[in-house]
Amino acid sequence: MAEEPLVRWDWIGRNWPNIQGLLVDHVVMALVPVVIGLLIALPLGLAGARWRWLYQPTVGVMNVIYSLPSLAVFIVLIPITGLATRETVMVPLTFYAMAVLIPAVVDGLTSVPDHVRQSAVAMGFTPLRRLLRVELPIAVPVVLAGLRVAAVSSISLVSVGALVGRGGLGYLFIDGWQRQFYTPIVVGIVLTVALAAAADLLLVLAQRLLTPWSRARRTA
Amino acid sequence: MITFNGVTKRYADGTVAVDNLSLEVPTGEITVFVGPSGCGKTTSLRMINRMIDATGGQILLDGVDVKTIDPPTLRRGIGYVIQQAGLFPHRKIVDNVATVPYLLGWDKKKARARAMELLERVGLDLKMADRYPFQLSGGQQQRVGVARALAADPPVLLMDEPFSAVDPIVRASLQEELLRLQSELNKTIVFVTHDIDEAVKLGDRVAVLRVGGKLAQLADPATLLTRPADDFVREFLGRDRGIRRLSFVSGDGLRLRTDLTVPASAEVSSLRGTTEPWLVVVDEDNCPLGWIASKDLPESGTPADVELAPYGTFVKGRDSLRAALDATLLSPSGSAIAVDESGRVVGVAVREALDEELALVAGGVGGVDG
Ligand SMILES: Nc1ncnc2c1ncn2[C@@H]1O[C@H](COP(=O)(O)OP(=O)(O)OP(=O)(O)O)[C@@H](O)[C@H]1O
Ligand SMILES: [Mg+2]
Repeated sequence: MAEEPLVRWDWIGRNWPNIQGLLVDHVVMALVPVVIGLLIALPLGLAGARWRWLYQPTVGVMNVIYSLPSLAVFIVLIPITGLATRETVMVPLTFYAMAVLIPAVVDGLTSVPDHVRQSAVAMGFTPLRRLLRVELPIAVPVVLAGLRVAAVSSISLVSVGALVGRGGLGYLFIDGWQRQFYTPIVVGIVLTVALAAAADLLLVLAQRLLTPWSRARRTA
Repeated sequence: MITFNGVTKRYADGTVAVDNLSLEVPTGEITVFVGPSGCGKTTSLRMINRMIDATGGQILLDGVDVKTIDPPTLRRGIGYVIQQAGLFPHRKIVDNVATVPYLLGWDKKKARARAMELLERVGLDLKMADRYPFQLSGGQQQRVGVARALAADPPVLLMDEPFSAVDPIVRASLQEELLRLQSELNKTIVFVTHDIDEAVKLGDRVAVLRVGGKLAQLADPATLLTRPADDFVREFLGRDRGIRRLSFVSGDGLRLRTDLTVPASAEVSSLRGTTEPWLVVVDEDNCPLGWIASKDLPESGTPADVELAPYGTFVKGRDSLRAALDATLLSPSGSAIAVDESGRVVGVAVREALDEELALVAGGVGGVDG
């Protein structure tokens, strides 16, 4: 019997529609939590920056959540959100995203130099307008940096969901492992890495477009 | 006019930053608050635009208690410049300058046109308009800060140590610039500094504050230098008060001699008989070239053949007695050359003329001060 090759292209060809489905599922399960996490992190981060005493406890709770093994959380959630559902995977990932993004929002807001905030006040900005036009825009680079971390780690964590029946590309690892067949494993790894790289690249591009002033500062 | 009426600020922790301060800031003048660190200058300034609210007394803006005006509205009518310029890093220079016009709801085109006009006015290259703040030097940022404060043409300008973060040369040029602007705009300016030299240079009136936020003296610079109210003010003014006061005395009183100039093309033989030890050599436009000592005159030729001694000038009608005195110290002749605005010699103030004038000034001081 011939040595099993690392990649069998004919298998990929035959299973492509399947792989595509897994890819889409993976993207949805990875990125929806990041978006929701950001939407939640914004108000919480604002509150944390405004009332500093709130910040440490919030980050503490978030860090504890972040340290919980994802598999354990998935299993605990099964009775609530169901076996092999997207929600079982996405709920914990949302918390992971928040754990990264809340500090990012707070750090972004505290990165606004005091003299800039003061001069906004002095020129007659109302508090809301100051937040929207001055503080949040200046926080964007730091928040985007957090978003990159959140997106990439979310993309890699989805795979673990395969152990509770819903893991996007992670399914390929289990499949390959069970059959001692390398091709799906290689495909899974390559696509996951490509996905992470693509997400990261998009966010870098977004940063260049949104904050030309901060790019220029870095290269100056 | 801004009126402080027994204004007190006691912070939550009990610190009394400003204590029962009463003074008037006249319209169209520069009033400088000066004093050591922590004496309450910033606090006093910020109570005017309500970035800090007074805990006692009243501040009136043209007779209206600022407490009755909604803070954002109040602030849009008061320009504010701070030490680090406080420019918005994410906005281009032109949009930074147009900030208050935008807040006031001007349309974008008009606001930007106004911003460009101001950039020009504060002496910035219009190429800067599309840059971001970090691409400018500290001095340029400070100019943008001034332009931004002036954008909506507020009658009042508050400046908190606006020039203290830049090097001395840039600071001097920013100060000149401010005085030039002020001569065109006649704003009511409150300027905070801890640098007494800056205070006497810029202020029409100078308020010296002592720690604890008490007014030690309020006077015009010349009076301040001549008659400090007490030891604290005297110490704060530091050394060289006498010399510095000459900055506020016009050099126009100096008796000028017009018989001491010789053209560079004159034959030296014609000068043989002079009893004057020094003569000013001038070019064909009557601009000074240097001093020539009559004892060093050559046998023949023109003064242009001789190496001339250095000279100092002051502008008649503009410069102070201090500048004239300085000019005498730049030349071995011990005399100062008076020139007009275009640099042509109008006369020479010899040492005797300076002595007479200095004696007059010293006489005018009176015997009060120690
Ligand atoms: N928010 C605050 N809470 C408590 N004390 C304050 C506060 N702000 C200022 N102070 C105190 O009030 C006093 C005056 O402060 P202020 O900032 O007005 O001084 P300043 O004259 O501007 O000093 P500097 O030249 O150092 O800028 C200082 O003793 C300062 O410590
Ligand atoms: Mg201060």
